[in-house]
Amino acid sequence: MIEIDGITKIYGETPVVDNVTLTVDPGTICVVVGTSGSGKTTLMRMINRLVEPTSGTIRIDGEDTRNVPAYELRRRIGYAIQGHGLFPHRSVGQNIATVPKLLGWDKPRIANRVDELMDLFQLDPAQFRDRLPNELSGGQQQRVGVARALAAEPNILLMDEPYGALDPVIRAKAQEDLLAIQRRFKTTIVLVTHDMEEAIHLGSKIAVMDKGKLLQYDVPQQIIARPATPFVAELIGTSERPFRLLSLGRVADHIEPGEATGTPLDAGVSLRDAYAELLWSGRPALPVTRDGAVVGQVTLAQLSRLAARPQ
Amino acid sequence: MSIAETAPTTTTRPAWLALDKIGVLIALVSAAGAALPFALFRANRIVLGEPKSLLAALPAPETTILVAVLLLGFAAALLRFSARIKLTIGFLVLAVLFIFMGWSASYLTPDGDTFARVSPGAGFWILAFAFALLVADALTRLKFGPWQRIAILFAVAAALALLLWSGSWNDLSILKEYSTRAAAFWNEARTHLALAFGSVAIAIVVGVPLGILCYRVKAVRAVVLNTLNIVQTIPSIALFGLLIAPLAWIAANVAGASAIGISGIGTAPALVALFAYSLLPVVSNTVVGLQSVSPAAIDAAKGMGMTGRQRLFGVELPLAFPVILTGIRIVLVQNIGLATIAALIGGGGFGVFVFQGIGQTAMDLVLLGAVPTVALAFAAAVVLDALVEMTSRGGNAP
Ligand SMILES: Nc1ncnc2c1ncn2[C@@H]1O[C@H](COP(=O)(O)OP(=O)(O)O)[C@@H](O)[C@H]1O
Ligand SMILES: [Mg+2]
Repeated sequence: MIEIDGITKIYGETPVVDNVTLTVDPGTICVVVGTSGSGKTTLMRMINRLVEPTSGTIRIDGEDTRNVPAYELRRRIGYAIQGHGLFPHRSVGQNIATVPKLLGWDKPRIANRVDELMDLFQLDPAQFRDRLPNELSGGQQQRVGVARALAAEPNILLMDEPYGALDPVIRAKAQEDLLAIQRRFKTTIVLVTHDMEEAIHLGSKIAVMDKGKLLQYDVPQQIIARPATPFVAELIGTSERPFRLLSLGRVADHIEPGEATGTPLDAGVSLRDAYAELLWSGRPALPVTRDGAVVGQVTLAQLSRLAARPQ
Repeated sequence: MSIAETAPTTTTRPAWLALDKIGVLIALVSAAGAALPFALFRANRIVLGEPKSLLAALPAPETTILVAVLLLGFAAALLRFSARIKLTIGFLVLAVLFIFMGWSASYLTPDGDTFARVSPGAGFWILAFAFALLVADALTRLKFGPWQRIAILFAVAAALALLLWSGSWNDLSILKEYSTRAAAFWNEARTHLALAFGSVAIAIVVGVPLGILCYRVKAVRAVVLNTLNIVQTIPSIALFGLLIAPLAWIAANVAGASAIGISGIGTAPALVALFAYSLLPVVSNTVVGLQSVSPAAIDAAKGMGMTGRQRLFGVELPLAFPVILTGIRIVLVQNIGLATIAALIGGGGFGVFVFQGIGQTAMDLVLLGAVPTVALAFAAAVVLDALVEMTSRGGNAP
């Protein structure tokens, strides 16, 4: 659990982060979203003390972060940044081994962990372990960056616009990987982005920031349905609201009995994708399959109701 | 309109049958070299020389061979042969030139005449220059890796050593100058190396930490770099001179200073002056190298919990190293040359022969000091360039 309590950072005269209070529950993803310069990065960097707060406290699992030396704190917290920040003179394996080495793990344990992580991120250890970062594609470099952040099995992972430099297809894949890993290891993640779509897709809770102030901190449904200020509404995009709401649900949770005709949809796809498919096929309903077997149908009428503003 | 369009039959013409642009220049230079005197004969070491043309400098059979090899080299330079062929022929011509120069000296020196001097003429130097250019051009085109370049350097050095050791150059004036002062030559060689490498070593020991300090503490940076910039603008002879008074004072007034070799003139002030000149490039390259390290890598290093020291030795210095090494290369090559001037204040080194030679108007003695200096500087440049390339792993090239 991360408790951010009345945190403020002032550069010169201007408060860059202004009295922000929020709690990130263990095993959840908190996405900090806002326009450029709103103080997201500064807020995140105060958690691992890359930036020292002007006032306020941050507690991790109840303990004030100022009670341990900064470098020790940082070794316990994973850190991944945009442009990955890999060490260009060190091989992929050495990069991933950075924090375990700092912690003094023995060699076999480090080697095992490196291979394990490379497998997890679908990088063949034999092929990639000894390559230099500049011999990898952008997507591979980004995966190594996240693997390196997770190397010492941290409970907490901080990510600053980790997918900013990736093209949409690779980005979507990386987001799915992150969700899978988060579910598996129950890591508490704080992720900074300027992309509301990404925030809604990844966030258990979303923190919307503007000019250093925390405008709203809530689950995605609430952020979409009840934006606290016009700025939050604008960030979501008024014409996007129904689709963003649909994107939060899965077909599996809204299957109705009945036998529709047409190309079947998998139960795992998002309601938004199902809605698009219904519109595109011109049918009022489509069959839903799970593991190949038809289990019911999904209807346009139902999805239209789900896309409406919640009461 | 190209030849191919007007005469379709010439399309089968071999690729080498065309003019090479740099080759034309090399061929012109070598033609001029062939026309100028190959050797210079003098009755004794200080009288004016008597030029000997290519045809007069060697007995007829040797002349024929030399001319044939030169024609081969001429063709290799002029036409578009592959770089490998150009390189091989270039080295062949250079080898023949150097070997025949020695023979020419034996041929031109009357039997038993110990006063007569034969030295390479302008023609020899220009020919050697032209074909060295051919070799250099071919080497550039072949894009050899750092290890291969060092290997070639060592092969050339070994060939030259063999040539000198075999005694075939012993009748040349420069080696006669050497033979009368062999002990002094190696003595001054040691001093020269100690001055050049010693001053650079001290500059590294002082300059790299100073550079790190400048990088970490902004306030120090401007002061240090400006001061060193001023030192750099003092003319070298003036700097050598300026150090005489303070060092003489230290020698006279600080207990034990003169015992460890400090005095107003001699090796100590020379070393100090060379060190002073080396400091700016080492410090500024250290600062620039550290500043050019990717901010993302530094941020990641901090964010993962490296301490300042771990970051410095694990990330910042390794990434800045090629740039720092470039600074070291600059000062090493510079100091090998500058160490010649140390002789002016009694510091020793190859400069001793240069200034003695100037004093006696004996050009060959000047060469005895100058040629090893140039060769050393050249070798140092090749080796350090190769090292810079080898350390620029992962695209952090300077
Ligand atoms: N070290 C610093 N010194 C002065 N101003 C800073 C510093 N770091 C960030 N800022 C300012 O703080 C504001 C917020 O920055 P940042 O947290 O990086 O925003 P975001 O990540 O939301 O784009 C910006 O206006 C930025 O210029
Ligand atoms: Mg930012």
